[in-house]
Amino acid sequence: MPSESIGGAPGTAVRPAVDGDCVAHFTRRITAAGASLVRTESFATIPEAVRAFLDELGFSYNLVCSGERAFDTIAWPAGFTLALRTAADGDHSSLTGVVAAVAETGSLVVAAAHHSPNTLHFLPENHIAVVRTSQVLRHLEDVWRLMREHSGMPRALTFITGPSRTADVEQTIQIGAHGPRRLHVVLVDA
Amino acid sequence: MNTTAHGFKERSVKALQNTTLQEALARAYGGFVHKRQAAIDALPEFDALCEQARRIKDHALDHLDHYLEGFEAALTAEGGKVHWARTPEEACQQVVAICRAHQARRITKGKSMVGEEIALNEALEANGFEVVETDLGEYIIQLAKEPPSHIIAPAVHKTRGEIAQLFHTFHQRIERSQPLAEVPDIVEESRQVLRSVFLSADVGITGANFLVAETGSVVLVTNEGNGDLVSTLPPVHIVVSSIEKVVPTLEDVTTLLRVLGRSATGQAMTAYTSLLTGPRRADDRDGPSAMHVVLVDNGRSAMLGTAFRDMLRCIRCGACLNHCPVYGAIGGHAYGWVYPGPMGAILTPRILGLRAAPDLPQACTLNGRCQDVCPVHIPLPALLRKLRMEAFTQRITPPRARFPLALWALLAKHPRLYHGVMTLAAGLLGRLGQRRGRFRTLPFARGWTEGRALPTPAVQTFQSCWKHRRRSDPS
Ligand code: SF4
Repeated sequence: MPSESIGGAPGTAVRPAVDGDCVAHFTRRITAAGASLVRTESFATIPEAVRAFLDELGFSYNLVCSGERAFDTIAWPAGFTLALRTAADGDHSSLTGVVAAVAETGSLVVAAAHHSPNTLHFLPENHIAVVRTSQVLRHLEDVWRLMREHSGMPRALTFITGPSRTADVEQTIQIGAHGPRRLHVVLVDA
Repeated sequence: MNTTAHGFKERSVKALQNTTLQEALARAYGGFVHKRQAAIDALPEFDALCEQARRIKDHALDHLDHYLEGFEAALTAEGGKVHWARTPEEACQQVVAICRAHQARRITKGKSMVGEEIALNEALEANGFEVVETDLGEYIIQLAKEPPSHIIAPAVHKTRGEIAQLFHTFHQRIERSQPLAEVPDIVEESRQVLRSVFLSADVGITGANFLVAETGSVVLVTNEGNGDLVSTLPPVHIVVSSIEKVVPTLEDVTTLLRVLGRSATGQAMTAYTSLLTGPRRADDRDGPSAMHVVLVDNGRSAMLGTAFRDMLRCIRCGACLNHCPVYGAIGGHAYGWVYPGPMGAILTPRILGLRAAPDLPQACTLNGRCQDVCPVHIPLPALLRKLRMEAFTQRITPPRARFPLALWALLAKHPRLYHGVMTLAAGLLGRLGQRRGRFRTLPFARGWTEGRALPTPAVQTFQSCWKHRRRSDPS
């Protein structure tokens, strides 16, 4: 990532206080933003959490997914199909990991990459995101630190804070505009 | 879009008489104001963040060339291409040329106020491209063939009934006997209709909320997710942005994002905030294979050395519109161009020239609320006063306003004359109106008395009362 010469605006940085437990803060924030969230103790119990979510809404177990290493190690029960590919119209549900989550705003951070096609985050009706508790960062700035430590900015880096919405008709907030109608977070103690 | 910044008065009168518009405005006004207040009450650091935001924008403007070149270098290194446009015509030509080079037919668009400013849709359509707006508000006004009436809620002037009627007229393929009635149904139908458009577009065009010099990233803030679909699905992504949107670093843009969402919709973070940095990487499975950024000046650099430079800090949050009693009464269309409310009353004459918008600087009560709520502390009332002075000295102020002002100035400079005229006028009006205590109509001021009565002034002026008292009670 360039460049040292750019510098920045002078002055001391102010950040909103995020006191105490980041994971609790994140949980409060993202659910207030309209996402559903379930916490589970290990990777082995992810399928259960996913199944419960899909069953309640009556969706099939066909998922388009990103190439999280953790997904490969999970024993997916019969009936589940996971396809690692870009999302297409008609895909109901996607399952992805995240590069981080932010307690301050209750956001997921997703990045476009070979193993993480960007369409997975925007096209399907249901976006199921697996977040490890260790991925929850305190402030937005912590994400930049992460980017700088790794390979720099991806093609697209998105902070997702709740499902898609619009208030363009009479200022009434309506969920499910063009992006996912539902954002379901599976928070794993890991 | 075409400029109709002339005729402000006529449009204002029409707006005030339009009951559907008044209904829509009343609803929007309260909503925005309360949501913003709640978000700010929940963030003790808000004022400090605003002060920091102001510093960042001032710093970026002080070194605008440096950061723009930095942005270009960083984006180029990631495979993107930057184009520079001095005028709206140049910008439109560049976008048209890119679309031609890619043999595009259908273009999807995310909401872009700069796009409105340079009349991009008109230029694209004139060159035979099909353009579809995808932000629901923009889509609605595109169907209605109207300009936006608010910078973040373009269709805020439309009621759900009007929107349903538009859908009924334009979505012929969907069979139904009655127009839709409920908000969820309207949103659902737009989702279905636009889905296939998203997937079949050849080029996607968006605006930018910010540009980050350090990384060459374009920052896009939406709630619908349409901006991400527009910038990911088609093979080409074009960004149109004005030059003052550049900020130095990722940390800087973070501060601006913290105040933008809260000031605009009362959200700490909108549903989607994306940083787009170049076209798809070698092994990416999706994303556009080309990314272009058209940087538009259109009068900005000419504002740099002047008092109006402060206006370039504007991050288009819309708070000044939402808190403006004049905007709240007449809505955005009366302002006649793409930018309404206090920020528009300054930007429009600056970009188009004062002669094109002679009435806009007058459309203000100087109550100061806009400045109080502006997250980057733009002294909007002071800039409006400055424009009024310019209009007066350049003799652009209309005669009906010039003459009384000149008369008053003459009197104010000659105390004896002032005293004499006031005594005469107060005495005359006072005696004439004594019986009723007010005037229902006044010759020469019918327009003013149409909506209100003028209370009868006291027979004696303040000065003569004062003198009288001093004489009778010298202590
Ligand atoms: S002038 Fe200030 S309040 Fe108005 S839109 Fe710009 S930043 Fe927001």
